Amino acid sequence: MSTPNPEAAKAQLEAHLRDIIQWHFNPETGSQFWLNWAAKAGWDPRTEIHTVEDLLKFPHFQDEWLRDLQPEVWVPKAFAGRPFNIFETGGTTGMPKQRIGWEDYKTDYSEFSDKISDEHFPRNHYWLMMGPTGPRRLRLAIEHLANVRGSSCYFIDLDPRWVKRLITNKHFDQAKAYMDHVVDQAATILKHRKVSGLFTTPKLLEALAERVDIWEAGIRGVFCGGTTMLPQYTRFIVEEVLENRIGFYPTYGNTLMGLAASVPLKPEDQYSISYYAPQPRAILRVVDPEHTEKTVEYDAWGRVELTTLTKEFFMPRFLERDEAIRRKPRNQYAWDGVAEVRPFGAMQKTIVEGVY
Amino acid sequence: MSALPHLPALRAGRPYDSLEKTEVLDHSTGQVVALVSQVNAGILKKDLQKIGVARAALRKFTTAQLIEISAKAGEFFLNGTLPLGDKGHTQSADEYVRTLSGTSGLPHVMVRRNMAKIHYALTHVATVLNGLTRGLPLEVIDKGYGEQSGAAVSYYPTTQALGLVMPSNSPAVNSLWLPAIALKTPVIIKPGREEPWTPYRLIQAFIAAGAPPEAFGFYPTDHEGAGEVMRLCGRALIFGDASTVAQYRDNPKFSVHGPGFSKVLIGDDCVDQWPEYIDLIASSIAENGGRSCVNASAVVVSRHGRAIAEALAQKLGPVQPLRADDEGAKLSGFANPKMAEYIDSALEEGLKTPGAEDVTALHRGGARKVLFEGGTFLRPTIVFCDSFKHPLANREFLCPYASVVEVPQAEMLQQIGASLVVTAITKDPAFTSELLDSPLIERLNLGPISTMKISWDQPHEGNMFEFLYKRRSIERA
Repeated sequence: MSTPNPEAAKAQLEAHLRDIIQWHFNPETGSQFWLNWAAKAGWDPRTEIHTVEDLLKFPHFQDEWLRDLQPEVWVPKAFAGRPFNIFETGGTTGMPKQRIGWEDYKTDYSEFSDKISDEHFPRNHYWLMMGPTGPRRLRLAIEHLANVRGSSCYFIDLDPRWVKRLITNKHFDQAKAYMDHVVDQAATILKHRKVSGLFTTPKLLEALAERVDIWEAGIRGVFCGGTTMLPQYTRFIVEEVLENRIGFYPTYGNTLMGLAASVPLKPEDQYSISYYAPQPRAILRVVDPEHTEKTVEYDAWGRVELTTLTKEFFMPRFLERDEAIRRKPRNQYAWDGVAEVRPFGAMQKTIVEGVY
Repeated sequence: MSALPHLPALRAGRPYDSLEKTEVLDHSTGQVVALVSQVNAGILKKDLQKIGVARAALRKFTTAQLIEISAKAGEFFLNGTLPLGDKGHTQSADEYVRTLSGTSGLPHVMVRRNMAKIHYALTHVATVLNGLTRGLPLEVIDKGYGEQSGAAVSYYPTTQALGLVMPSNSPAVNSLWLPAIALKTPVIIKPGREEPWTPYRLIQAFIAAGAPPEAFGFYPTDHEGAGEVMRLCGRALIFGDASTVAQYRDNPKFSVHGPGFSKVLIGDDCVDQWPEYIDLIASSIAENGGRSCVNASAVVVSRHGRAIAEALAQKLGPVQPLRADDEGAKLSGFANPKMAEYIDSALEEGLKTPGAEDVTALHRGGARKVLFEGGTFLRPTIVFCDSFKHPLANREFLCPYASVVEVPQAEMLQQIGASLVVTAITKDPAFTSELLDSPLIERLNLGPISTMKISWDQPHEGNMFEFLYKRRSIERA
């Protein structure tokens, strides 16, 4: 295993950061939103942003901007005239956050393909995705990932917004019935088709495994994401649902960031999963909720802050609705990780996550 | 050996050390006294798919052997030193008393009384089963068929396991599930958050006595897990408040144990002699810290109501918290002080409605809710109500509480509502006949008998045998 080299990683990140800043704030290539923003802000990020620390000069990115503004304001001038995908975020109700994109999801998932083994996700075979498809980036991303590996993918949709509404309104029977409906469809595919790779959410995985012996059905690898996976729950999934014989790849991600892969679990981790952002395209920091310019100490809890740095999308210092433990660099990742991600304020209040 | 005991989950008797643990705290010092492994609902679902193994383990024994094992378990429970968790700790009977008292707030004397009840139940399973089955020969349970009173009978089990979502308020409620083992039914126990001790000690006592460990599931879990216990066990005992009871009452899968609303009624023929019964009524209200569903929570008379309330207040009002190891301790502390706050404010809220008076207030010489040596206690409360329509007339709280209500005898049975135990002090044949006909009374004590007295061979709240077995018709060639 390569030893992480934080200095080299930081140098690479800052070179990338300068490129991205030049791109988004240059009238020849940048988007209407960021050019207007800089004009109003009265300073030019191209001359002032050189290091990661300089990013603190930006205020927190406001999610209302992604709800209230029309998508074309985000189109970098260099991409003008190219139709774009409009992706929406997860389980919210009301006007969703939207992010436009072209190739970013392919970049993220092509890179992720190198992190999963052929043993668990055999090439030139079949995948099944059971989870939120619809307007989410994830649907195209999973299909791309399967395709990159020479495979094709079946899809079963789950609408998380509907589930969230059912649970909020205490219609638990309907939520259960909907979940059964989703799992029924997946069980049918597994019964009639050859599938070796599965993407789903932890709760749906658990429900599917109650219905079907997923090893016998041919599943060898599970790629999971979506909701909180505390250590004991992860252990349950690994030991009892996947029976220590199906590969398990938990991920943390969303439409705004892309995909943070986890490092393989070691016994001393006690099933605490650490995720690492796809740096330099995204940076995850675990910050003090009261003083967000500061990161918390390693192995302490804080709020997750995301910065996305691609030519398609620039989003500085967005405060996620998640909290996590800050972890040290590890394996090939020479930058901070985030662990045991859960909804922000989970210790203080009950938060509806639903089945997804 | 680690300093703190750790109670693992028991999955078919096998210890499971979860990565999620809760702390059990001393009610007065807040000190952590043990860690308890918490399991997720998925683990319950996995294990209940294999519950047949647990039942098969019990079926290897005859009912008579399991009765003998239960009796031995009773002795181990009462006197033995048993394993406590998976870190090498053990627990003697005295340690159990001290620990349970420390975390639940029950004084030692009450813990010992609860232990004695459990011991009695375990050492009298044969008597209990005889009562529950009305004398069914035990081999019928072993073979599945046989004869009773000259008639062919056959019984089949209604479930592979008995689910138990236990409360934390009183250890003796565990006596309700004890006959299940002799009836060859594995138990899946979700212990109360503050009272894992009694079910864990009972399981260890059974195992020490020779019961198969597979027959015992001990699953500290969350709300979702408790839901799975209820959903997946073919039969389950549930303890809860009036709304829980209403939710599950009509479902034959569940035996619901909610508030008892137990009462003492005095007939017109005896009411003028009321001073003779004050001690009996007071102990019916306050014994076991007023925490049982068989504690009286209302006294119903046609006259002398105010005088009776005053006499009860004089007797109970001055009762104060004492040290847990004081043999005279009559009040129990609250493991969860918020519960005490809730009860206190519910009483104060109720008293704002005209027609009720806290008669104990004068005799307490202070507040109802008191702090004593770090613990929170509620002192006894007797409320005189002018009718059963008053919101405090038919309430039950987790402390010594009762209303005294004046109702003409002819209207009593129309007004008292469902009551787990009614002690009716009367010799009037007509009133007695009305009481015997009432479908609202689960257990009827005729004459001056404490509501706290229960007969193990007569179920006062559901019949465990009829809950776990059903009769079928049978013909053999």
